[in-house]
Amino acid sequence: MDSVARVVAQRLLLGILTLIVVSVVIFVAVNLLPGDFAQAFLGQGATEGAVNAIRRDLGLDQPLVLRYFHWLGNALTGDLGTSFAQANFSSFTGTAAENLPTVASQIAPRFANTMFLAAVTACIAVPLALTLGILAALYRNSLFDKTVNMVTLSSISSPEFFLAYILILFLAVLNPVLPSISNIYADMGLGQRLERTLLPALTLTLVVTAHMMRMTRAAIINLLASPYIEMARLKGLSPMRVVVRHALPNALAPIINVIALNLAYLITGVVVVEVVFVYPGIGQLFVDAVKNRDIPMVQACCLIFACAYILLNLLADVLSILSNPRLRHPK
Amino acid sequence: MTNISRRGLLRTGAAAGVLAASGLPLRAQDAKRGGRLRMGLNGANTSDSWDSRTHSDIFMTSSAQGAVFDSLTQVSAEGSLVGELATDWEASSDAKTWTFNLRDGVTFHNGKPFNADDVIESLQLHVAEGSKSAAAPIVEGVEMKKTGDLQVQFTLPTGNADFPFLLSDYHLLIYPAGQIEEAIAKGIGTGLYRVQSFDPGVRFVGTRVDSHYKDGEAGWFDEIEIIAINDPSARMNALMTGQVDVINDIDFKTEPLMRQNPMIEVFEVTGNHQYTMPMLTDTAPFDDVNVRRAIKYGINREEMVQKILQGHGMVGNDHPIGPANQYYAEDLEQLAFDPDQAKYHLKQAGLDSINVELSAASTAFNGAIDAAQLAQASLGVAGINVSVIQEPADGYWSNVWLKKPWCLSYWSGRATEDWMFSSALEAGAPWNDTHWDNEQFQKWLIEARGELDSEKRAEIYRDMQKMLSEDGGYIVPMYANLTGAASTRLGHGEAIGNLFKADNNRLAERWWFTG
Repeated sequence: MDSVARVVAQRLLLGILTLIVVSVVIFVAVNLLPGDFAQAFLGQGATEGAVNAIRRDLGLDQPLVLRYFHWLGNALTGDLGTSFAQANFSSFTGTAAENLPTVASQIAPRFANTMFLAAVTACIAVPLALTLGILAALYRNSLFDKTVNMVTLSSISSPEFFLAYILILFLAVLNPVLPSISNIYADMGLGQRLERTLLPALTLTLVVTAHMMRMTRAAIINLLASPYIEMARLKGLSPMRVVVRHALPNALAPIINVIALNLAYLITGVVVVEVVFVYPGIGQLFVDAVKNRDIPMVQACCLIFACAYILLNLLADVLSILSNPRLRHPK
Repeated sequence: MTNISRRGLLRTGAAAGVLAASGLPLRAQDAKRGGRLRMGLNGANTSDSWDSRTHSDIFMTSSAQGAVFDSLTQVSAEGSLVGELATDWEASSDAKTWTFNLRDGVTFHNGKPFNADDVIESLQLHVAEGSKSAAAPIVEGVEMKKTGDLQVQFTLPTGNADFPFLLSDYHLLIYPAGQIEEAIAKGIGTGLYRVQSFDPGVRFVGTRVDSHYKDGEAGWFDEIEIIAINDPSARMNALMTGQVDVINDIDFKTEPLMRQNPMIEVFEVTGNHQYTMPMLTDTAPFDDVNVRRAIKYGINREEMVQKILQGHGMVGNDHPIGPANQYYAEDLEQLAFDPDQAKYHLKQAGLDSINVELSAASTAFNGAIDAAQLAQASLGVAGINVSVIQEPADGYWSNVWLKKPWCLSYWSGRATEDWMFSSALEAGAPWNDTHWDNEQFQKWLIEARGELDSEKRAEIYRDMQKMLSEDGGYIVPMYANLTGAASTRLGHGEAIGNLFKADNNRLAERWWFTG
């Protein structure tokens, strides 16, 4: 078990290093965006004096490197800054900038909503993909296998908004069983919240199922050619038992990796789905922030997305080590 | 229309109490209490708050001025000015001193009675040190004196006949004195709906107060919910599937589908929102009035309304005063596409043909590039060769507008003629996007500002519109309609306010359920 802890620590360190590199990339990329907050905010009223005043107020006239270290230092202590829109509004009213909602406090409820949507989707998509994958492996090249492949591949190949509108058409317009917009609130009961979340969750399920299902199928089929599977067959075990009991445990590592990748996508890739369904998650916040060139908000969102990817990949690595005796007990 | 009452009201609003009945929806007799209104509006932001100084878009103006808070005066759906927290007002003969009588027996949502202190303290917010309120020019330099528990006297630095009208601005909300910070944090006003929950950028829920001074005249819903739906297709879906009862800003491309649905009523009004093509009147060749006239006749306005606005608008007449203004001169001769006239004026300028550049970017307005190309095609017929320069959208307002000799732009219009003219056409104003500097125009502007006789003002403002229409560089090919769609279960007055979206921000207050 000691070696596992060491591997995890190693991966964690690497993850942090990656995160720092990513933070540089985020910072440079965001600051290279054409246009700036002052101009986006002032719109038609963007006279030179007004633009300069706002840039000065927000510290945008400082050199890039200085701003990066300032931002990184604050982010490390958990302070993601104050959104430009907030800071600018406070200057409108002449109030002190101290009691303003911070980026972190604005993101927190939205992030919780996105996590909820991801969790609901995962609860539907992961078991569905695994079951379909196993069944497809079991009855490979049958009509069932081909149908499942075709349906999941066409759904992954369609743009998300298209899938969303198809689902709205069938489940909200023609057969009004689900609401077409998913506006959820803090004080909403779980039942109602689930009902409102179901349509975006189904859309995302359609998007992520194919990848996981096909990896499950491929990994299992790959193993079915191994001698030990042949042995199991010769013993007279049922095909179902061969697949679930003998093949699946050895196929877990690649499957876990793909699941982790797709879970990360559920957090970072929901932007379009959230906009279509008016779901108050981090994706919508992100779109608004980019539109307004609200740099602290964009950077914080990017950082959270990067963290989600890195952490989930780390988790996948650890789990695949744990699922593989050879890695668990290295010589 | 209520032209007479509007004008009669200028000097004194003493009749406001009587007029209140006619200022309200004409069909309000059919209105009845009950139901929960769900509105899907755009323009919401996570940084929204109940601080009216930051309000700029329909979500917050509908929630604040349209539900939770009141102002001193309000513009009725028909366009006349009526009292809200003020009952009546009177001006001195030079329009400098205004005395407002306030409504008796009004309380804030927290039980505090309303009086003159609330008015003064709330208006002072906008001129507080460091404040950048858009309404600051209205109250700047105004001396405010409490002349009674329910009476305030304002002394203006210069006479302004529009002062009561300006007080209806959606920034000028009345908060409880001494508790303003708390009122901004929680949303405590004197409006018809008290805040039940407010989630910035997501939704606002308000509950009808038990008794209110507008009882029987407005505030028909028991509860209102305003949901932020910034995406146009999502807004339409929400209405079509019955998730909301009313939405604003419909998408013209899907509008025919909406019209097919018998349960949905599409509504639109023409207000002051205008798409413009300002040319710098001090830069060649636009400094020649004949060139400007040639261009005015060479633009096919009707075609632009049909193709850019899909018919949801009205042709403009090259002045910034729109149908939502009091002194809109609708009897002026309408400029129309006439290549022969255009050629004639070009000849007057001593030219057979001319090459000009028109700068455009999509940020000017929806379909701006297409509009520039339409102008290019129609002007070409008259011998005016336009090359359309596609400018980058980023930085358009700082690098192109006010700088390039001819470009595309928009104005959302202002409630009063004086405000509009002094923003966009007064000599020396920073946003004078045509560099318009005409001595006679300046003289008229100052004269009308202090003139209390509404007949005379109407005449002056008509002359100013005529001058711009004939000689100006402020090209207005079209006014864009304010649109929305609602369930047919909703009822509303015969007129729908055309100054701001959603019935002048007051849809939740004025509409009702018929079913």
